[in-house]
Amino acid sequence: MTSVSAVQPQQQTRQSIRFRGRSFIAFALSPEPPIADWLVELDKWTKTSPGFFVGRPVVLDLAATTLSASGIAHLISELGERDIRIMGIEGADPAQLDPSLPPLLTGGRSAAGGAASEAPSPDKVEVGPAPRQEPTSLLVETPIRSGQSVIFPYGDVTVVGSVASGAEVVAGGSIHIHGALRGRAMAGSMGNASARIFCRKNEAELLAIDGYFQTAEDMDPKLRSQAVQALLEDGVLSIAALD
Amino acid sequence: MAMAKVLVVTSGKGGVGKTTSTAALGAALAQSGKKVVVVDFDVGLRNLDLVMGAERRVVYDLINVVQGSAKLSQALIRDKRIDTLWLLPASQTRDKDALTEDGVARVINELRGKFDWVLCDSPAGIERGATLAMRYADTAVIVTNPEVSSVRDSDRIIGLLDSKTDRAEKGQSVEKHILITRYDAARAARGEMLNIEDVLEILSTPLLGIIPESEAVLRASNIGSPVTIGNVTSAPARAYHDAARRLQGEKIPMSIPNDRKGLFDKLFGRRAA
Repeated sequence: MTSVSAVQPQQQTRQSIRFRGRSFIAFALSPEPPIADWLVELDKWTKTSPGFFVGRPVVLDLAATTLSASGIAHLISELGERDIRIMGIEGADPAQLDPSLPPLLTGGRSAAGGAASEAPSPDKVEVGPAPRQEPTSLLVETPIRSGQSVIFPYGDVTVVGSVASGAEVVAGGSIHIHGALRGRAMAGSMGNASARIFCRKNEAELLAIDGYFQTAEDMDPKLRSQAVQALLEDGVLSIAALD
Repeated sequence: MAMAKVLVVTSGKGGVGKTTSTAALGAALAQSGKKVVVVDFDVGLRNLDLVMGAERRVVYDLINVVQGSAKLSQALIRDKRIDTLWLLPASQTRDKDALTEDGVARVINELRGKFDWVLCDSPAGIERGATLAMRYADTAVIVTNPEVSSVRDSDRIIGLLDSKTDRAEKGQSVEKHILITRYDAARAARGEMLNIEDVLEILSTPLLGIIPESEAVLRASNIGSPVTIGNVTSAPARAYHDAARRLQGEKIPMSIPNDRKGLFDKLFGRRAA
């Protein structure tokens, strides 16, 4: 899956191969029997919020039902007619699912919804507060030595000290380096395009935000050894001086 | 008797001056009256015996002692010039797998009981030989040439000293010092070599000493004499002596050896180190 990108004289070339972890917030529909009545309720709800599911990944949670393989297939096609496309199925017996159906998913957790306009009724869409048990930022107060990797997918990473050549920092959020960055910094690693990278002295080998990366080779030499911030602008990694 | 100190001379990069420095520092420490043993951990590629001038007296080695086929007292070779200086050579015929963690621990502990300073000459690299040499160290001297690949490798080694040593695993820390070797002020001024400040900024570890590039070092190893014994007045010997004194806690101002001599210095014959 590579994309071809045109080389613009002023901008950097778009990297065509991206590597990153991805997490999506999916809406879970949890139908309850009798399915026909549930579909009627669903129609009433989508009439007041038309297009709600367009472009959103939807997961079908069949835990409350005991549908057969054909029952599941029928339900999915009914939903398809309502422009609700199912990307995965939860809570179903694997024996009931054949390859033509969406894949079985496990390990789903409740999460805060995206920009939901209305509070949907509870038995149709599950949306709950994000479980904030883990800390959302990591503070490292010692220099990060060559060969070491700091990986923190849950949020920002702040380093008081330098990151050596041959070391890397990978964060789900932004990366703040109060020192020289001589290694690699990869921010927004879980799919956060608004993450940024800040450092006091840019001698980075590689900077990446949400999978878009730039190696030292492609960086503007005027920004070397300067205090910079890196951010993503329209899918292009842009590095700007901080002072 | 004060606690013995186990010191590892390591670098990551090969050929930067670990063996030379182990011998020179060991001799300098012994000359100040301490009981010192230098231990060669470079199994299969031993060099410390050559630099110490003991290669014709090696009977037993570290692996023999680790495996119990010889006693420590049989393997230790006393230096002919300084009677408080000893060598525990490495094996040339075996390989590193013959060294075990427990065996090394036993030998180091036995050495701690007999000496004030146990200097471990590490092999290059980050594999088993190097990690075993540093495993039981209290102090580390990281030998670094002022050039980019040596500095990066030294940084890697510092990371390992903070994670793969007995002390690090117990939540303590290994006292670390940088020893810059083969420093040439003229080349640094021309930008062909890194400056001292650059090296220290990248490694953020205290500086033990700066040993200038000098022919005296090669001459000394060719005659099998640590440079601090063989050529006491040379710039590297003086720098090693200062470093040894700093290791023992003395505060000696750092002098940058062989500064580019201005006309003033040439006229008045001033030497920086």
